[in-house]
Amino acid sequence: MALSGLEIYKLLPASSKDPAEKAHGNCKECGYPTCLAFAMKLAAKQAELAACKYISEASKAKLSAAAQPPIRLITLAADGRSSKAGNEIVLFRHEKTFYNPAGIFVRVADTLPADEIRSQAQAVADYKVDYVGLALRLDGVAVEVASGDPAQFAAAVAAASAAQIPLILMAEDPAVMAEGLAQAGGVTPLLCAVAHTFADSLSALTQLRRLALKKNFRPLGYPAIAFPYLGGGGADMEMILAGQQIAKYAGFVVLSRFEPAEVYPLLVLRANLFTDPQKPIQVEPGVYPINKPTADAPVLVTTNFSITYFAVANEMESSGLPAWLLVADAEGMSVLTAWAAGKFDAEKIAKTVKGTSIADQVAHRKVVIPGHVAVLMGELEEELPDWQIKVGPREAVDLPRFLKTAW
Amino acid sequence: MPVTVEVPVEKWAGTVRPVVLGATAAEGGTRSHSLTLGGQATLPFLGFEAKAPHPPRVAVEVWNRNPGEDWPEPLTSAWGAVLDDPAAWTQAAEATGADLIALRFATVDETGAPMTGGKARQVFKAVLKATGLPLIVFGPGQAELDNEILVAVAEEGAGERLLLGSCEDKNYRTIVAAALANGHFVTARTPMDVNLSKQLTILIHDMGMPLERIVTDPTTGALGYGIEYGYSVMERLRLAALQGDTMTQQPMLVTPGEEAWRTKEARAAEGVPAAWGDWATRALNWETMTAAALVESAADIVVLRHPETVRRIKHMIAELQQA
Ligand code: SF4
Repeated sequence: MALSGLEIYKLLPASSKDPAEKAHGNCKECGYPTCLAFAMKLAAKQAELAACKYISEASKAKLSAAAQPPIRLITLAADGRSSKAGNEIVLFRHEKTFYNPAGIFVRVADTLPADEIRSQAQAVADYKVDYVGLALRLDGVAVEVASGDPAQFAAAVAAASAAQIPLILMAEDPAVMAEGLAQAGGVTPLLCAVAHTFADSLSALTQLRRLALKKNFRPLGYPAIAFPYLGGGGADMEMILAGQQIAKYAGFVVLSRFEPAEVYPLLVLRANLFTDPQKPIQVEPGVYPINKPTADAPVLVTTNFSITYFAVANEMESSGLPAWLLVADAEGMSVLTAWAAGKFDAEKIAKTVKGTSIADQVAHRKVVIPGHVAVLMGELEEELPDWQIKVGPREAVDLPRFLKTAW
Repeated sequence: MPVTVEVPVEKWAGTVRPVVLGATAAEGGTRSHSLTLGGQATLPFLGFEAKAPHPPRVAVEVWNRNPGEDWPEPLTSAWGAVLDDPAAWTQAAEATGADLIALRFATVDETGAPMTGGKARQVFKAVLKATGLPLIVFGPGQAELDNEILVAVAEEGAGERLLLGSCEDKNYRTIVAAALANGHFVTARTPMDVNLSKQLTILIHDMGMPLERIVTDPTTGALGYGIEYGYSVMERLRLAALQGDTMTQQPMLVTPGEEAWRTKEARAAEGVPAAWGDWATRALNWETMTAAALVESAADIVVLRHPETVRRIKHMIAELQQA
């Protein structure tokens, strides 16, 4: 937590109780006329602490600690890939945003054959799933010493590091850890252990976050790591606990296994909760084929607000009927909001029709606009003289019926 | 040197309003027990701050007809033949560990003919007889038909303390009047917005409905389909409730089952990326993850569809209540 200028001033020589130190007060050597002026510049981050040679060691320690974020940033890096946790400043995402998505790691035990470790690490490194145009990925591998043997652990770490993704090393014995570390240059070992069950994990991680943010309690101001498979309750509870820990408030989460049907929902949950509430997820504008459409399938237009897109795409999808969905760049606003803000007008829709490949994809020249912007009809006919404009339903739920009957 | 850390406890001014669903014989109904929602004096499951007197509850959906094509195969196969018989389905749902049954009426009956108030009465009677659990009854979501069905059910089940839904700002008066006349409760459904939720509670309360008989449905999106909006609206509503804003202190109901099973992730068997994993597992996980996140963000009732999700969410809640 940043200190105010006055709080800093109280730590500078002019405020000192030590006569020797106080004697330097307001000496101007820092380049500022008074200690107070220097304090103000420090608070505004426009001066360096080092410019004053007379600050006591105790004050220096306090000032540099205050300059740290309440939860330190930890970066786990490997060649080209990294996973960051920390720097969080809120308990609830609506208060601002969550900044660094919890790193999701998959555990491999060093008792597996080296080939197996290599291929698992590679599978984790290669895993990629597209979600509204974002490539969601796992963060790395956590190598666990299950053998108790330093040499075997070292070999496992070496095998895993071939995948060139961030690593977490899990060993209790310092000697074993040292062997492993020697094989994984540049890895930051994580020291934090937390409570494991659903209830204990939620309480402990909530308390850690509160202490760091509200009490400015430095010793605990680090990202926490969580091991949802230690929560008890069996394999299918692991994903649920991992989800809880992503939401509240782990910096890194280690999964016991790599299972796409579990990893995908967890990555989407993380993407959703770590979205900046002020900047909703936007869908890439463009042409989206639904249910393998052909040249005579209907063309419908909507905006690139993710919820709008999902509502529309989902209904079209579930209708089972092939169609083309044309997504206009309405700066991530819903149909009505975008229309009111002038971001989804006749010009924008016309630009989307002309600017995409839709005219090459279909043999007809008919396009459906959302019922909420029926008023744009006339203008749009002028903008798109070759196209017939049709008005669709106002609500996405009515799309299947519309596609079946009105097209 | 030992470091002493003071547990960071927050002081809250408000609590969630207790709402008691279901009436036993002694209370003028036929339920085997009643069920209390709400009463929390802190955020979900923070036992170090205050014990939650009543855990979140799990309701299981039962339809008046076999959902057929409306539900994907991994969901219909989990229930099997009982889908053809609302009473048998109700008993199967109770056997999964459901706390409540959520009877949902479609626009049509099992033959595809339009639903009517008269037919709804018959289905409702059969379901009421099949279980002693408290009931939620949802109309199909079309104003006229909702009114016809819910008025019929409200009369048929007079005194049972049913939870009738959904009241929306465009259509709530008839449902509220029927609930008032027959001793029932209502859900107030608004589209993911703190102020709209508050407003609808006030409107319903202004008709004479006691606040102790209103449950809000702040609506949610499924995982990947806007869940973050529902999640944050619920967190904000619960924070407001704890800070003492009396019109936000209603228990909250959400329908993650309905939302999750509509998604492509739950419905698409083929033509999806291999990274999505096995269909049946992924579909089930989609409902689980959606429901679990909403339980964490302060849902008091989650309405679910798959028996395995019910087991998982019940397990999760039991674990969390230990705090
Ligand atoms: S160098 Fe600046 S801050 Fe330091 S004692 Fe002199 S005037 Fe004060």
